[in-house]
Formats: sequence, C-alpha cells, structure tokens
Amino acid sequence: MRNALRSEVRKVLTTRMWWLLGILLFGYLAFLGGVMAFSLTHDPASMTGGLATITVLDGKTVARTVYTLAVSLGYVFPLIIGALSMTGEFRHETITPTLLAEPRRGLVLGAKLMVASALGIVYGVIGTAAAVLGGLPFLLANDGAYLGDGGVQTDLVFSVLAMAIWCVIGVGLGTLLPNQIASVVVILAFTQFVEPILRIGLVAIDPLVGAQKFLPGAAAEALAGSSLYSSTGMLGLLDRGPGALVLLAYAAAFALLGRYVTLRRDIS
Amino acid sequence: MTSGATLEISGLTKSFGAVRAVDGLDMVVRPGVVTAFLGPNGAGKTTTFRMLLGLVAPDSGTALIGGRRYAELPHPTTVVGAALESSSFQPGRSARDHLRAYAPFAGADDRRCDEVLAQVGLAESARRRVGGFSMGMRQRLALATALLGDPHVLVLDEPANGLDPEGIVWLRTFLRHLAHDRGCTVLVSSHVLGEVQASVDDVVVIARGRLVHESSLEDLVALSTPRVRVASPERPGFVELAGRHGWEAEADGNELLFSGATPAEVGAAAHRAGLEIHGLAEEGGSLEDVFLRLTAQLEDDRVQEGSS
Repeated sequence: MRNALRSEVRKVLTTRMWWLLGILLFGYLAFLGGVMAFSLTHDPASMTGGLATITVLDGKTVARTVYTLAVSLGYVFPLIIGALSMTGEFRHETITPTLLAEPRRGLVLGAKLMVASALGIVYGVIGTAAAVLGGLPFLLANDGAYLGDGGVQTDLVFSVLAMAIWCVIGVGLGTLLPNQIASVVVILAFTQFVEPILRIGLVAIDPLVGAQKFLPGAAAEALAGSSLYSSTGMLGLLDRGPGALVLLAYAAAFALLGRYVTLRRDIS
Repeated sequence: MTSGATLEISGLTKSFGAVRAVDGLDMVVRPGVVTAFLGPNGAGKTTTFRMLLGLVAPDSGTALIGGRRYAELPHPTTVVGAALESSSFQPGRSARDHLRAYAPFAGADDRRCDEVLAQVGLAESARRRVGGFSMGMRQRLALATALLGDPHVLVLDEPANGLDPEGIVWLRTFLRHLAHDRGCTVLVSSHVLGEVQASVDDVVVIARGRLVHESSLEDLVALSTPRVRVASPERPGFVELAGRHGWEAEADGNELLFSGATPAEVGAAAHRAGLEIHGLAEEGGSLEDVFLRLTAQLEDDRVQEGSS
C-alpha cells in the first residue's frame, strides 16, 4: 500500500492540474464569499428569490452561511479533482502501466481514495479560507466575523471535512464512469442543475418531502452545519451526524460500484 | 548473470463478443534468446500480451511467467518489464515524472529513473512534458518504464514502431545484449517482418488467434523457397520456358522471378532454347512470403472447416 500511495501522490503533484484548480477554487470562493456576505448583510430576501420570507439574519448565521459556502457552492472542485484521478488514467491509458505496476485493482482504488481524502482536505482548507477572506470585510463592517465563536469554528472544520469527502466521492464516481467527458458532464449537470432543482422540487411533492435531505449536496451541508439554502429558510437539513453518514454512504457506494463494475472489466 | 523465466501459454482463449481474438493458443518462450511474436494485424498478439500481463482475463487456458500468473508475482515490475502502447502517458507530465510515478512499485529511486532515461537516450528530454514527444520518443519512454525495475523478462508490443533507423539498430543491439549476455527472456511482437530477420533468435507466428509456426529463425528461413531472377529482352520466350519446366514465373518490373528452379537449370534451359540472358541471379526467399504462406494456410483450413 505504501508504494501505491507514493505513486498516487506523485501522480497528483506532477501535473499542473492540482494547483490550477486550487487557484481557481480560491478565486471563485473569495468572490462568492464577498458577494454573499454583502448581500446577506444588506438584503437577505434577495437571496431566495421570494421562495422564503425572511427579514434579517442575525450576524452569526450570516457568518456561518458565508464560511460554509465552499460546501454549498464550491464542492464541484474537489468532486472533479477526485474524478479526474481515475478518468485521467482511462483517458490517457495510463491505467495499463498502473495495473502492471500493481495488479491488485482494489488496492489501486484504495490508494486513490486515501490520497483523495488528503487532497480534499487541502481543497477544503483553500475553499473555506477563501470564503472567509472574501466575506470578512463585509462581515466586519456589519455585525462582526464571529471567528472566535466555538460553533463557527466547528463549522469551519466540518466544512473542510465535507470537501474532503466530496473529493473521495469524486474518485468513486470517476471509477464508475471512467469516460472523462461523461464523468465531468454528469458532475456539472448534477451539481449545478439536477440537485438544486430536486432540492426545491421535492419539497413541493408531498410524499417526497424530506427526501431532499438525503441528496448528497444537502448531506454535505448538514455535515458542515450550515447552508445557504437552510439559513435563508428555504430548506431543512439533517443533523450533522446523520448528514456525515449519508455523505459517507455515497462515497462508499460509488467506490464499491466502481470497483465491481469498471475495475472488474478487461483493460484493453 | 540474471536468468529470465520461461513464458508458458497453454490453451489460451479469449473472445470479444462474436470475435475469437485468441483461440487455443499454445506457445513457450525461453530465456536467453530474443523471440519474435509475429502475426498480421488483428492476429491476437496484443490480446495475448494483455492476458499474459493480467490485464485481460482469458476465457480459458493459462499464461504463466516462470510458473506463476502475473497477478501472483509479488513485485511484478521487478520481474517483468512490459511496454504495450507508446501512448500510455499523461501528456502534462514530464518523462522523468512519469517514471517517478511508477518507480515506487519497481523499488527504483530518482537516480534509477535518470539512469534508464539515459539508457534509452532521453536524458536531455527528461524534464520535458511528454505531450510534445514524437512517436519515437514515446517508444523510448515506454521502454524506459519497462526497464525501471530491472526485470529479467521483457514483453514489448511493436517496440520498433516509430523509431528512426538508428533507434531500431540500437534497440536490436540492446535486446540481444539483454537476452544473450544477461539471460533475459525477451518477447517482441511485430508485424514488420524485415525488422525481425536481423534481430531475433526464435520466431512464433500466429494468425487468427492460433499458433501457425514456432521455431528458430533459421528453421523459418529454411521454409522459404529460393528464386531465380532473370533479366532478358525475350520475356515471352522465358514465360513459355517456365511453363514447359513447371516453374512458377512472376514479373518484377522488366525482370522475371522463377521459383522451383536453380540458376543452373534456368541458365541451361535458356541456352538450349537459344534465349538471350542479360542477368541471372539467385535470390533468397523472403521471410515475407513464408509468413504470408503460413498465415494463408490457416485461412484455408478455416474455409475448409467452415464448409465441411
């Protein structure tokens, strides 16, 4: 396993992808952090498009919402990075030398999952820090940053953790869908379109109310402890513990499916 | 002196859908010699390699390296060095980093990576990204990857593809050195037969996934029929002469090629017939012809099987 881990770490660090996406993630979330902090401190109702009636959020809720933006809106980055670690192998046919070096396919996948969890923490820190830094000027000008608050600090830690699990989910998803273009399209479509619509749409269907809490994005926000959707009063979330379990269940399910569907096949 | 392992393939079979890519293949590759694995495109060479290396699961039969399946080898890249395609690289990674990504499995440090890069003539391009590499450079890098773990068995799929003539000569010399001086097992596939004539000891020929010939190169060459080349202004006369003696005649530009005769027989017959000769020479039978005959034979068998 040590060899496989070293190999995977080297694969990540020897192309430009990891730091290019890191910079992009930082810029994106610093921008979002600023925009959201500004909006929520000035006109929170504008955030919901009239779906929920809220007047003014208290300063701490605003801070928590802004600080966990990485999980609400930036999780596509670790998800894609995770997926690329496997789809890239198929796209460039490096899966051949990879499996020649380590024929135990489950072990190769295991190493990728472990490296992804570490890499996900790095992206979690980058994304969370960017959201904090972007929002800070507006929060300080309003009701304070609440960075010394224990609850807020817990949110920050779990926000990083949720990003790490997203990266792990990405590896599983990429294994299940080794076609890189298909994988990226599915990720973009699901995260930017399908899940947001389902989360709002399921609320409107009586027998399915509550199901939206089990969608992966919602579970990740539950783990982080706060969300743009919930704090603006649109949707409810699971508690942190169940949220973590749901998110981990997605990670395990994709990884297992990938192992026994894609990685059982002939490599030719 | 290291010693390579014997490769034993028996009853190996694999179908992809309705296509039987490898069909009950039996072959043995011994250490200490360079063995060519020949066959036309689609003969099943690459599929055989992939089964030997554990990438493709056979429907039946076994492919063993020193008595073990590839997946059972503890550190496979230190036992078997394989190069299957020249395109298995992430284009954004440098040649050196490509090797470093696989080095941990081969027990190779960074110095070893530089060493094999120098060995294949890529020292100067070590830190360039592979995306800008030519086909020949990719072949060299694929070979470097195979050599990383200092294996005693080399399995190379069309390694000369895209190499310049100088590179081909180098590869030849290098593979012969590994086999003859170090006792390695070297199996090299090819569909370019001329390449093989100068560089291998043993020959395995497959077609349609089946073994059609397995021998030393000399024995294969002995199967070829020598021909007589004749230059003459009196072509019709010679064609008629060939007909009378039962020789096969074939036009080659302005000259004629006869098979089934010696130069002495052709010369004597021409003399008796009063035919003018400008040139008369014996030509070794080309390996190409033997190869085509061997592989065509199988096609014929197939047709007969199908009709009976």
